[in-house]
Amino acid sequence: MSPLLRIGCGSGFSGDRIDARGPVVDALIATGGPAALMLEVLGERTLALAQRDRRANPDGGYEPALEALLRPILARCAAHGIPIITNGGAANPRGAARAVLRLARELGLPELRIAVVEGDDVRGTDALDDLQPWEGDEGAVLDPAQVIAANVYLGAAPIAEALRGGAQVVITGRAADPALALGPMLAHFGWAEDDWNRLAAGTACGHLLECGSQVTGGYFADPGFKDVPDMHAIGFPIAEMDEDGGFTITKPGGTGGLVNLRTVKEQLLYELHDPAAYLTPDVTLDITAISLAQEGPDRVRVTGARGTPRPARLKATVSLPGGWLGEGEISYAGPNARARAELAGRTLRDRLPMLGIQGRVRVDLIGIVSVFDGDAGILGDTDLTADPADLRLRLAVATETKEDAERAAREVLSLLCCGPAGGGGARTRVVDRIRTLSFMVPRDRVHPRVTLLTLEDAA
Amino acid sequence: MSAPMDIPLHRLAHARAGDKGNRLNIGLFAYRPETWPLIAEQVTEQRVLDLFAHRGATRVRRYDLPNLGGFNFVIDDVLQGGVNGALNLDGHGKTLSFRLLGLTLRVPAELQS
Repeated sequence: MSPLLRIGCGSGFSGDRIDARGPVVDALIATGGPAALMLEVLGERTLALAQRDRRANPDGGYEPALEALLRPILARCAAHGIPIITNGGAANPRGAARAVLRLARELGLPELRIAVVEGDDVRGTDALDDLQPWEGDEGAVLDPAQVIAANVYLGAAPIAEALRGGAQVVITGRAADPALALGPMLAHFGWAEDDWNRLAAGTACGHLLECGSQVTGGYFADPGFKDVPDMHAIGFPIAEMDEDGGFTITKPGGTGGLVNLRTVKEQLLYELHDPAAYLTPDVTLDITAISLAQEGPDRVRVTGARGTPRPARLKATVSLPGGWLGEGEISYAGPNARARAELAGRTLRDRLPMLGIQGRVRVDLIGIVSVFDGDAGILGDTDLTADPADLRLRLAVATETKEDAERAAREVLSLLCCGPAGGGGARTRVVDRIRTLSFMVPRDRVHPRVTLLTLEDAA
Repeated sequence: MSAPMDIPLHRLAHARAGDKGNRLNIGLFAYRPETWPLIAEQVTEQRVLDLFAHRGATRVRRYDLPNLGGFNFVIDDVLQGGVNGALNLDGHGKTLSFRLLGLTLRVPAELQS
């Protein structure tokens, strides 16, 4: 029987804390035994931005922080046989691999074996000729000429293949986040590809790990109700997976945060819809019979994940041009702040049609109601008598053109002179947007490829 | 004998929201197992739909997870475009778990402590 496998997660999204992976790697080395490290850095939106980067620069289009993430840990992981699996390849896994090979040479690791997983990018392939809308995007129709990026969520099999081939670093583009954990489990335990309950357990484990600290006390604290120790130094998670699919979620000793039934429950349902049928490329996961047990301080045992066969179709995220967003904010404080801020809002609503600016418009009164409200501003349970002493007015306008977004944002700036008394701290922002739609594509039209690269490929 | 009281759900349960496209899910968990049936009875799909109607929500499905002391609410079309299309500052809808926790429940005396 194989010994248990430890999987650490050193990053939960692009933009995560960059010093989190150190203690995870230290703990994996100190414990000894088979281990792997996953670094999740690729969101739905990140990939479309990366595709744009790659068009501007053929060597770019991968996670910009990849080198910084790997530099302090690459040599230690290689020396201790801890493979690193990351989706930081984004739109250009091969470009990312070349950068990591250059880093390896610089660090005196000329023998480092890197594998890239490709085939997730299906733009221009026949995979897009037979689309079914994802159930959350019913009725969506695709204009192929508009497509900026089209990437399929690949599963764990190519990652496992790369690891069995001796890769010490595996770089993917779009892959299902839990597959970054399931891949090393498949390679280590040799689970059969139709061993649905074990694949389900590995997927549930990867799902709990994929957002990093969200299972160890991040995104959890609610002072007085759910307190979290040492949030400035939350330990990122480590899972201990047994051959039979039972596993324990824990974290490095001496770090902040906590692992308890509540942190695990919240993350178990995170971004999940039908709990009896979480569709992944590897298995259909059913968490309804999962049981959780606190088996020690910062240790939660997870058992009872069940699986049924993987879906016949894979999910693809398609990115399309989404127009422009113009935003502006300005503050009003002190006596009669609310009336002055509301007057500013009405003034903006009068100005935009005067200027012929077309598009959806939203005005928020931050401090009274903003994020809970709808675009139409009709939240009935807002306190209409509140008069906070410090308010921020926000304008957001969705436009077809950059010029209109800039003109709309400028209207907030001009309130500094033309608006109500005492406005200050105006800021504006104009961004182009990428719209995403999800479709289900036939699995047999997607062809994952695994390639081992050597130092010569870094040239 | 004290009477039933109106208590914020926030005191009885904790929650986390996640998004996919224009769809939001909120995992809701009772702090104590004995309040799970009370939440099941009062935090209905219709009540949650009403709570998010002003944001264009079209459908709410509630999945019950009694062995976790929890529920999963899946709310369609509530994000007004989602992270890539919304005008809302919080395009992900991540703050909306606390809108759900702002609901008030009628709690009998024996469950108030």
